[in-house]
Amino acid sequence: MKTPAPAGRKVTTMTATSTMNTTTTMTTSPTADWSAVCPLDALPVEQGRAALLPDGSAVALFRLHTGEVHAVGNLDPFSGAPVICHGIVGDRDGVPVVTGPLGKETFELATGRCLDAENVRLPVHDVRLTGPVIEVSTRRNTVETLVGGG
Amino acid sequence: MTHARPETGTGSAALRRLVVVGHGMVGHRLVEALDSRDADRQWQITVLAEEPRPAYDRVALSSCFDGADESALRLPEHDPGRVGLRLGDPACALDRAGRTVLTASGDRVPYDALVLATGSRPFVPPLPGATAPGCLVYRTLDDIAAIRAAADKSTTGRGVVVGGGLLGLEAANALRLLGLTTHVVEMAPHLMAVQLDEGGGALLGRMVGELGVTVHTGTGTQQVLTDPETGAASGVELTDGTFLETDLVVFAAGVRPRDELARDAGLEVGERGGVVVDETCRSVTDPRVWAVGEVACIEGRTLGLVAPGYAMAETVADRLLGGEAGFPGADTATQLKLLGVGVASFGDAHATTPGALEVVLNDPVAATYGKLVVSDDARTLLGGILVGDTSGYPLLRPLVGSALPADPATLLAPESAGGAGAGGGVAGLPDSAQICSCHAVTKGALTEAVTEQGCADVPALKSCTKAGTGCGSCVPALKHILEAAGVEQSKALCEHFDHSRAELFEIVAATGITTFSQLVAEHGRGRGCDVCKPAVAAILASRDSATHILDGERGSLQDTNDRHLANMQRNGTYSVVPRVPGGEITPARLIVLGEVARDFGLYTKITGGQRIDLLGARLEQLPAIWRRLTDAGFESGHAYGKAVRTVKSCVGSTWCRYGVQDSVGLAIELELRYRGLRAPHKLKAGVSGCARECAEARSKDFGIIATEQGWNLYVGGNGGFTPRHAELLACDLDHDTLVRTIDRFLMFYVRTADRLQRTAAWLEALEGGLDHLRAVVMDDSLGICAELDAAMERHVADYRDEWRGVLEDPAKLARFTSFVNAPDTPDPAISFAVEREQPVPVPGPVSLGMPQLPAADGAGAR
Ligand SMILES: Cc1cc2nc3c(=O)[nH]c(=O)nc-3n(C[C@H](O)[C@H](O)[C@H](O)COP(=O)(O)OP(=O)(O)OC[C@H]3O[C@@H](n4cnc5c(N)ncnc54)[C@H](O)[C@@H]3O)c2cc1C
Ligand code: FES
Repeated sequence: MKTPAPAGRKVTTMTATSTMNTTTTMTTSPTADWSAVCPLDALPVEQGRAALLPDGSAVALFRLHTGEVHAVGNLDPFSGAPVICHGIVGDRDGVPVVTGPLGKETFELATGRCLDAENVRLPVHDVRLTGPVIEVSTRRNTVETLVGGG
Repeated sequence: MTHARPETGTGSAALRRLVVVGHGMVGHRLVEALDSRDADRQWQITVLAEEPRPAYDRVALSSCFDGADESALRLPEHDPGRVGLRLGDPACALDRAGRTVLTASGDRVPYDALVLATGSRPFVPPLPGATAPGCLVYRTLDDIAAIRAAADKSTTGRGVVVGGGLLGLEAANALRLLGLTTHVVEMAPHLMAVQLDEGGGALLGRMVGELGVTVHTGTGTQQVLTDPETGAASGVELTDGTFLETDLVVFAAGVRPRDELARDAGLEVGERGGVVVDETCRSVTDPRVWAVGEVACIEGRTLGLVAPGYAMAETVADRLLGGEAGFPGADTATQLKLLGVGVASFGDAHATTPGALEVVLNDPVAATYGKLVVSDDARTLLGGILVGDTSGYPLLRPLVGSALPADPATLLAPESAGGAGAGGGVAGLPDSAQICSCHAVTKGALTEAVTEQGCADVPALKSCTKAGTGCGSCVPALKHILEAAGVEQSKALCEHFDHSRAELFEIVAATGITTFSQLVAEHGRGRGCDVCKPAVAAILASRDSATHILDGERGSLQDTNDRHLANMQRNGTYSVVPRVPGGEITPARLIVLGEVARDFGLYTKITGGQRIDLLGARLEQLPAIWRRLTDAGFESGHAYGKAVRTVKSCVGSTWCRYGVQDSVGLAIELELRYRGLRAPHKLKAGVSGCARECAEARSKDFGIIATEQGWNLYVGGNGGFTPRHAELLACDLDHDTLVRTIDRFLMFYVRTADRLQRTAAWLEALEGGLDHLRAVVMDDSLGICAELDAAMERHVADYRDEWRGVLEDPAKLARFTSFVNAPDTPDPAISFAVEREQPVPVPGPVSLGMPQLPAADGAGAR
């Protein structure tokens, strides 16, 4: 919508189906509210940080080496502790993932899906870059909006 | 003087008294087996031992000449609270009516059950001169010392061994290693007549001859000539007229059971000696008396091997506790290396079964000889002999009595041609086939351990089934069983690297790569994961202590606890554990810890490593807490790292009336030396100031116990899931040698262990085991000691306190915030309850599904 991301950085939408449009994220919900959380530079590559949303919930933010930024719920569904941001970022079969620091369960960053337990997933939030600032949608995506949203 | 143990105070009315006569290999095993099974402590055990030292590994006696020291042979100690071991106080008479044993010291020891485990004595033929000075035997550590002393002062430079069997050849090797020109005299036409046939014996003779040992077969010994002045041996005359000038003669011409106590007490003994027992090892004369090991005459004969002795010990232990075990029958199969030549013999090696057929493969060029004995229809394997290449033994031996999986010639073919050595054989074995004869473990039991109990490697099979922990000859077969069960023994670290941790370490060392990105780009694939990233982070840190573990990209590689230099607890808070070297702390510092805990509302607990754990710190509190601590002189304790943790100590000679060395001083020195060293797993250590071992050093990765002369160093112990005592690596070291040896041990471990492999498992898996380790770190057998020393010097010089490194760097401090957009806001998802006046995580089951989310709008629903 606003300023395009700096050259060489790609900020994806969280849609599973659309990756063409790299700057606008309005593919999921026209009613989403955006919360500015921090400058991109405050987020080192592959080192997560937690951010507080206005409703008091927290997201874990991850910046990949490609420049993509992901936001998923910070609560670890297995322990109930707010620790997903402290997980190790990597890939499984090329798909970007984070592994929770307590029980070592692995989640896909794009979808929140847990790869080690069926039917467990982290909520995912759309992310966009406005100038140098990372903004996170306050709205949690569901499976339906993710798959059908494009 | 009497040493009768008080029989009160044990609290058990039903306590019965067991007296074991003889603390050799089999007596020792009996006590161990009984102790481990006798859960309700029905038996009080007294052992009367003739030798001045506790039981040792007699089978490995010859390793004394290869550099092993006496302590390496020692068998595990019994629980002294459980077993009264009287060294140097042999039994000299039995009073069966009064049920007591008279000892040499004049004591009478009462028994409810008596086990004779007195072994054998070497047989010295009644030749003229055979008892002259210079004529020795080969059975005990004292014999070894005598042989060594005689060799030292030998003027002829020549030694003669009478007897060309197993023992004779071991003795010959010993003389050779002592620098003597060695001759072996054997009456039979070839060596090892009991185990080998002529073809095998001939090859062995040839190979032994190539090592410089002169073999005289088919000839006896006429007499030992003595020096008329000193009366000592001066030469040996053979029955073929040969004269050998020598002042050292070792008799290894067979053994005789030490059944004299039994004879004198009127117990039935066999025709050729030995206490006659039934299939439960009970004397046929007196039901209160049992005999095990070489002194027992079972099924009409005595047995001179340790494995059947162990089987007897297990049988008696079971019976004493009311079990129904019986002696499973003697397995006289043997596999050994004599003077470096592999020799194996099993089953009906001499083809005495009527109609038996022999299939022989004799390859003098490759120096191997193999023979299989099969039934008249060539279907069933009856026995065999292997000389030279014995790799087929672990698979062939268990096949005895069962159908041949392939034709005999194929089975004898060398590994490369698909012979038994190739491992194809294990699949053909029936489940009942015994793979480990030392511990009577069948193929079926091993397969079950793999499939049902999840054993995935040899160390797991060893600890689960005990197979492979005796003579070790079955270990190759264990590997085949794992393969046959489809356990892939892949060494790939994870999907991103095909290498093992040790290989990655070598790659990093060889290429000088200093970042994960470069390593995964050049030697792996993808972006890494929670397995390879921390492993590589630790490798990089082990090699380079100067770079902070949270610097740049390294910060993204660290595992949960390393990531914030604190252990993450179940509710997402952290623990703070400052280093307290050696457990010594001043009152002033102790007060600082208390004040910090109070001011930040932390739960406190004393740890097992002699320091203090402050729990419940929120991420954003850690810098402020550590600032207070570093100001008071504390440093990171690395409780969070796969690193050296603590060196525990007892109070030592400074205060303790028993201490013989300053254990606290040494513990502090070692903890400071190794602090911060990153390793494949955590490392714990201990230093005890005397043999009472109050620091529990033998349960540590490396433990040091003071002696009058210096320090004993033990390695490879751990508590935890599978407790294991550390093993003695070296004795009576002076301070500098001790430190250097630990340096090398640690660096060798760091370099070669697998990811998350503690020293115990590493040592277990290390090919060649403790001996190999000793050779590497003490004799520099791999020529790497200079590198290991340099690596440790670098570590010591480059060490910096990690917490100070964080406090001095704003970029690192930024990691210690609750929220990137609200750095000081406590995370509302963390809360505490109070228990015994301290804060603790809110109890409650750890949910396994999705947590209740505030204002959920369907997330995760499917
Ligand atoms: C050099 C050497 C190499 C060997 N190699 C092998 C091999 O490769 N494979 C194999 O299977 N076997 C081997 N053996 C044989 C093996 O060591 C014995 O079979 C085994 O030690 C027998 O155990 P034991 O307890 O019956 O007797 P021992 O180990 O001899 O123990 C008997 C103990 O009883 C003590 N004793 C005797 N009388 C009394 C008494 N009246 N009171 C108190 N104590 C008494 C003795 O001092 C001795 O300590 C080897 C033996 C030697 C010497
Ligand atoms: S056969 Fe000796 S350890 Fe298995």
